[in-house]
Amino acid sequence: MWIYEKKLQYPVRVSTCNPRLAKFLIEQYGGADGELAAALRYLNQRYTIPDKVVGLLTDIGTEEFAHLEMIATMVYKLTKDATPEQLRDAGLGEHYANHDGALFYHNAAGVPWTASYIQAKGDPIADLYEDIAAEEKARATYQWLIDMSDDPDLNDGLRFLREREVIHSQRFREAVEILKEERDKKKYF
Amino acid sequence: MNKQPPKTFTKMKTYRPFHSRFDPCKPIGVKFYSTPPNLYIGFQPPNLQQFPPKTALYKGTLWPLFYDFYDNPYEMKGRE
Amino acid sequence: MKELPEEYYQLLEEIQAADFVLVELTLYLDTHPNDIQAIQQYNQFAQYSKQLKQTFESKFGPLQQYGNSFSDANWSWGRAPWPWQV
Repeated sequence: MWIYEKKLQYPVRVSTCNPRLAKFLIEQYGGADGELAAALRYLNQRYTIPDKVVGLLTDIGTEEFAHLEMIATMVYKLTKDATPEQLRDAGLGEHYANHDGALFYHNAAGVPWTASYIQAKGDPIADLYEDIAAEEKARATYQWLIDMSDDPDLNDGLRFLREREVIHSQRFREAVEILKEERDKKKYF
Repeated sequence: MNKQPPKTFTKMKTYRPFHSRFDPCKPIGVKFYSTPPNLYIGFQPPNLQQFPPKTALYKGTLWPLFYDFYDNPYEMKGRE
Repeated sequence: MKELPEEYYQLLEEIQAADFVLVELTLYLDTHPNDIQAIQQYNQFAQYSKQLKQTFESKFGPLQQYGNSFSDANWSWGRAPWPWQV
């Protein structure tokens, strides 16, 4: 069951009015390595994974929805006051023609989101290695977004999101260790 | 074995792509790649030092050991 | 729509900080369920977060739906501002 909390996980701020950044940010909204893919991937895998890691997949999957909301907030703040001309000049003309200022689940190139971006093999090791890879890919994507943006407040938010990927990757790596079941054999200090 | 995490590890590495005499553009020289803490720490040991809550929020993690600040490395490196 | 007071942002930041510690501890405990000290810290912060939210909600309306927060007479749950607008 999901409860929604009416607050962002992190205080997103955008200091420069630059709708062009929204075109790139959307990669983490509807892209292959973005937050929607992450949330749906983990929340779906958790039904067929050993009990001891279901909590982790549930909790990280839920956190990814909070990150999806942060990306949406960044895009919203960058585009809500833009005229159609400004959106077109920002490279968002194709998006505007279909959606006006509405957000949509597509990547920076306009390719719509697809379940082909995610997988659930039913094999816990395969699933967890996909999850680790997904986190590293997301981390890298945030690096490329930070590289292209010179908005200091926006970059604080993007750095937060990148750091979260580092932590998530760490947890999935730990989950693999847990499933290898070698840890219980050693004395915990 | 629960070995202690290494005391130091670097979080950014470099390599030099081969430059051909026939390449049209000025060589980039050095390429950077990120090697964040999760590669080196292993299973997180208990009782790691923590950031205070507000600092943790703005850094994106509760534990300094995992913190990895990122900025565009191509802007910072000197021109060849 | 009226502008939000400074207090709104300050209280919200406190809550976001406390809740962030809770998220980090939750994920940590998912892979370290036997760390009693971490469980204690988790419960301390859970208590602290609830207190902060009680204060916030009394001034600015409920943070959760479906009965997880109490509602005021205006059903402020459905009112602006929404998190992406703040």
